[in-house]
Amino acid sequence: MSQKTLIEAIRDGLREEMERDDTVFILGEDVGAYGGAFKVTDGLYNQFGDQRVRDTPISESAIVGYAIGAALMGMRPVAEMQFMDFISCGFDQIVNQAATMAYRYGGDTGVPLVVRGPSGGGISGGLFHSQTPEAWFTHTPGLKVVCPSTPYDAKGLIRSSIRDNNPVIFFEHKYLYRSIKGEVPEEEYVIPLGEADVKLEGDDLTIVTYGWMVHQSIAAAQQLEKEDGLSVEVIDLRTLSPLDRETIFESVKKTNRALLVQEDKFTGGIMSDVSAQITESIFEHLDAPVMRVTAPDTPTPYAPPLEKFYLPNQEKIVAAARKLAAY
Amino acid sequence: MSRQGKIIGGVYLGRGQEAISVGTTFDLRNDDIVSPIHRDMGVFLLKGMPMRNLMCQILGRKAGPSKGKDSWSHTGDMRYNILASSSMLGSSVPIACGAALATRMRGLDSVAVTYFGEGSTARGDIHEAMNMAAIYNLPVIFICENNQWAYSTPPDREIGGGKIAKRASAYGMEGLSLDANDVLLVYEKVRDAIHRARQGGGPTFIECVTYRMMGHSEHDQAAYMDKNQTAAWERRDPIGRFKQYLVEQVQFTESEDKRMTERIEAEIADARKFAESQPFPEGPEALEGVFVP
Repeated sequence: MSQKTLIEAIRDGLREEMERDDTVFILGEDVGAYGGAFKVTDGLYNQFGDQRVRDTPISESAIVGYAIGAALMGMRPVAEMQFMDFISCGFDQIVNQAATMAYRYGGDTGVPLVVRGPSGGGISGGLFHSQTPEAWFTHTPGLKVVCPSTPYDAKGLIRSSIRDNNPVIFFEHKYLYRSIKGEVPEEEYVIPLGEADVKLEGDDLTIVTYGWMVHQSIAAAQQLEKEDGLSVEVIDLRTLSPLDRETIFESVKKTNRALLVQEDKFTGGIMSDVSAQITESIFEHLDAPVMRVTAPDTPTPYAPPLEKFYLPNQEKIVAAARKLAAY
Repeated sequence: MSRQGKIIGGVYLGRGQEAISVGTTFDLRNDDIVSPIHRDMGVFLLKGMPMRNLMCQILGRKAGPSKGKDSWSHTGDMRYNILASSSMLGSSVPIACGAALATRMRGLDSVAVTYFGEGSTARGDIHEAMNMAAIYNLPVIFICENNQWAYSTPPDREIGGGKIAKRASAYGMEGLSLDANDVLLVYEKVRDAIHRARQGGGPTFIECVTYRMMGHSEHDQAAYMDKNQTAAWERRDPIGRFKQYLVEQVQFTESEDKRMTERIEAEIADARKFAESQPFPEGPEALEGVFVP
């Protein structure tokens, strides 16, 4: 075991998959000798060379399109978006091309590719360096969507994402890149896609969340236990698509109260679906309405007071949990 | 078949553009890659896809390569290195380039031929794909099928700067414009481009000037098309011209022509009979194939 940052864990996962499988290669803007805008691919160019750690021009659509073509010819490309905000420039290639390819080939031919990059706020990145566009892709059949919250999960999930035979969109929270460290084993391990993780066990209330908000929710749960004597369970989705309904349902059946927390905006985020699925399937187990903590329906603002107002955080989660517990 | 209601989807014919499909594909090997679009029937046939499979795809049958999931114009089958295209015309161009990149990374000398209309050249994907292909010096032949119509829009309202082939020079790429109703000329120029790409000489852009002899699709009455212009192109019909060439050069006879036509018609009839005897997929099969295992 050693302590790793999120960024180190992802880099180690990429390196080990590239060592294990010659068909894995990286392409993206400034990913080569420079090592990427956030240095996720730092050192990989020196180890694997310019063919397998391939700089591209600013062409998100072609980056994804080239990855699809290479995947169809037996490669396993990992395409970096410099910021996940820029993924909109490759949107057609992801949702109309990559996501439909298996269906178009009658389920016989897949496109094993990963599109990964930094998402999320908390750094005053403003409108175009802070977005959480996961829901564009969870809405699209044919894609898998991953959003890890810890170094351990990130390494296990990037390895499974690369080995998966389908397109995977892999969101890395940029605020967590260097702000957290965690235990990562030296030996090889993978975390299957589609499995949520109970990050904290509790009996009174379930928080379902992912990404940065896992950490805010755990902090909120600890505060609620100390100040209110509440026992809060925190479920980290880890994979948003496919969604691990069973783990969510099992927890909510136990606690009878569900608080859904996402950094994403209020309308149309993954938690809207989690809410609908809980009420459709296990309504009789609920003692209170399903509640949500989300960002408002605005772009992600720049000035610190605006961004602080916009982002969900420990304080907002605690307030919502108290309301839910008292219902 | 469309008028009889036997074809469920749209019908987009390549009438008048046949020399492009044949001339660009004739010199390809099995391991070469193509990304044909909706008027390129000949590309599928020359790359080896059986007519029966194609007909099953057209008629939405389970035995088609997509198992009834998608229509004819997006057919693909990796057994023949045929990349499936989509209705976002131009989007398959970067995909074909990526396939070419993969062959180079794997140490192969395959090439990719990618097809798009002059209308699609207005899309950013074509620029991004060509720019990257030039940077990586990829073995790609860009076939721009200029059939003078992007649905109802003529080239002077689609192509800024007039000559589309000139754009190739901006990428340091050889760009040709040729009479694509002459199958031998298409064959010769594309063969040279394929040879150059295979030897590591990089990509080529070829504008294939032709004419769409019918409306955009079966449901388009095409009142916007000038009958005199269509009639002028009729006299340059690629099939008629090649037949004339054969008559003059190798004494191709009417009876040989008749025998060949009958053989082709019999093959089409067989494909149709086969496809019509095949079952549609069952409704719940819609849920299958979203992911591969």
